[in-house]
Amino acid sequence: MTTRAPSAGAQTPDVVQGPQGVPTVPGAVPVGGRPDPRPMSRRGEILYFALRTKKVIIGLTIIAVFLVLALIGPIIRPGDPDALIGPLGASPSADWWFGTTSFGQDIFAQFVYSLGSTFLVGALGGGIAAIIGMTVGFVAGYRGGWIDEVLNMITNVVLVIPTLALLLVAAAYLSARGVVVEALFIGFTSWPWAARAIRAQTFSLRSREFVNLARMSGVKGLRIVFGEIAPNMSSYLFLTFILLFGGAILIAATLDFIGLGPTSGSSLGLMMYDAVAWSALQLGLWWWFIPPGVAITAIVGALYITNVGLDEVFNPKLRNT
Amino acid sequence: MLTLERVSKTYKVGLFGGTDLAAVRDVSFSLQPGEVISLIGESGSGKSTIGKMILRLLAVNGGAITHDGTDIATLRGSALRSYYRTVQGVFQDPFSSFNPIFKADHVFGLIRGVYFGSASTAEWERKLNDALEAVTLDPGQVLHKYPHQLSGGQLQRLLIARALLLDTRYLVADEIISMLDASTRIDVLNLLGDLKARGLGILFITHDLSLGNYISERTVILRRGRIVEMGPTAAVFGQPLHPYTRMLIASVPRLHEKWGQIDAGVRAGSGWAPAPGERCLFHAAVPDGGAAADLAGLAGSGLAELEAGHFVGCVAPTADGTCGGRSASAA
Repeated sequence: MTTRAPSAGAQTPDVVQGPQGVPTVPGAVPVGGRPDPRPMSRRGEILYFALRTKKVIIGLTIIAVFLVLALIGPIIRPGDPDALIGPLGASPSADWWFGTTSFGQDIFAQFVYSLGSTFLVGALGGGIAAIIGMTVGFVAGYRGGWIDEVLNMITNVVLVIPTLALLLVAAAYLSARGVVVEALFIGFTSWPWAARAIRAQTFSLRSREFVNLARMSGVKGLRIVFGEIAPNMSSYLFLTFILLFGGAILIAATLDFIGLGPTSGSSLGLMMYDAVAWSALQLGLWWWFIPPGVAITAIVGALYITNVGLDEVFNPKLRNT
Repeated sequence: MLTLERVSKTYKVGLFGGTDLAAVRDVSFSLQPGEVISLIGESGSGKSTIGKMILRLLAVNGGAITHDGTDIATLRGSALRSYYRTVQGVFQDPFSSFNPIFKADHVFGLIRGVYFGSASTAEWERKLNDALEAVTLDPGQVLHKYPHQLSGGQLQRLLIARALLLDTRYLVADEIISMLDASTRIDVLNLLGDLKARGLGILFITHDLSLGNYISERTVILRRGRIVEMGPTAAVFGQPLHPYTRMLIASVPRLHEKWGQIDAGVRAGSGWAPAPGERCLFHAAVPDGGAAADLAGLAGSGLAELEAGHFVGCVAPTADGTCGGRSASAA
């Protein structure tokens, strides 16, 4: 390496000399040189890459728009969303943004209230299922042996329970069902596939050498699961949560649509149920069923896009650096 | 001293675990500080299983492994942690030994949390830098990088540095050079030699005879989980007794030999198995048919001591491991 006096115009402006004279772009770790004395923490690094991945930004933006709508909607349209206050079957206009039902209910008001309960069902139902599924999957996969046998048996039993039949029985006994009850029901019945998937993945990671290395470092079992195995499959775990979240929304919509939904409150599925029940399709009232349908599709779709992007964030090998 | 006494390991295989597969049978030897033992055998001979059992990653089915007189199977909690302070291992695949989503210094973070909780950051960094310098690595170049950004040789040396950070006295080196290329291979091998000079006992597991010959004082040859020959490296390589050992040594390609220049008949065969009706040569030579009851720690394991410290297994063992030719030769 020769040293020469710095002269104007010797370097292009966007390329700076790194340590040992290696040209680097700003922000890149110089090859062979000393890296930044204070390297980013893992959390900071994940945030850094998450905010630079287009798919994550697109997905999160769509979710955020619906979330904001669900939060501020009830402020814009206070009162009972099912009140018969408007003209009958009016198409969207400046006064009635999403039009009205054939009874004169404000569809925009119904829509924003329903969004809130949809997010509640997704977060609560998906969250419960994810927690049960991950706990069962991790314990069964890491411990193996008779614990695995027992947990696997329980998982399979829940897996083959006909959810619909169970719900019909429950509907017969619970005369008043709210959105929370529906979310709990979905949460406690939809975890088995997640448990099985996580168990299988844990099983394969358990025998990897880095787990042996952690064991030889005197690290305890629980910390190996959460410190080594879970981070290694974090994008997989996130995918599981997203699938359960989206799945809970879709199951709720289906249950509402066939009339097993909440007896009180509103939901996107109930809106579609009402639209079909009152022949909105035949009468051409498209504004009644299009908004809830689009919202469900967009929320679930945005979650998937986010997850594909997060794969690149969690796996250092997929990053374009 | 790390001692294996008639250690056996059986895996349950098949539907409902109905079939037993013996991976290691009746293996006895001991490893002293400052000594390198090479454990040589073909794939599936049980050499890695022995390494994993010493590291307490697999349970022993029969016999016992003792460390300074304590059976390691009984170690729990803090006793197990102090065992890992003195006995460590490095594995074959450096890329699989690192969690790919963490930077390379994660492996040091793990032992810091468990063993150096009271050390200040400055003290810890001094220790870490010393350990990295001992394996000729520049801390600035290897820490804070992801495993996929480092070479196999660098990763393998990082793992050896990790073992050095602890007060390791015994190192299980399981095929640690098999995945390195020829130029870094000799560096890591010489590093092991330096560690031996510092007083480390190394169990060098390999399938490469020339590597074993280069580094070790004693050699243990395994076949199908059983020791076929064991002794000082010079004796095992100089005067191999067991036909399996002879076949192994004959099958090492020489640097200046070419395939075409050797007669097909002289080319080493690819395997060895006892011929039907073959009689044991060795147990007949030892009084009492090779029961070897006077050999401490080796009694009944089917090994006969033909020279001082040079043991050889039966040439024609029966299914249960006893000498098949014994009755015929004793008669």
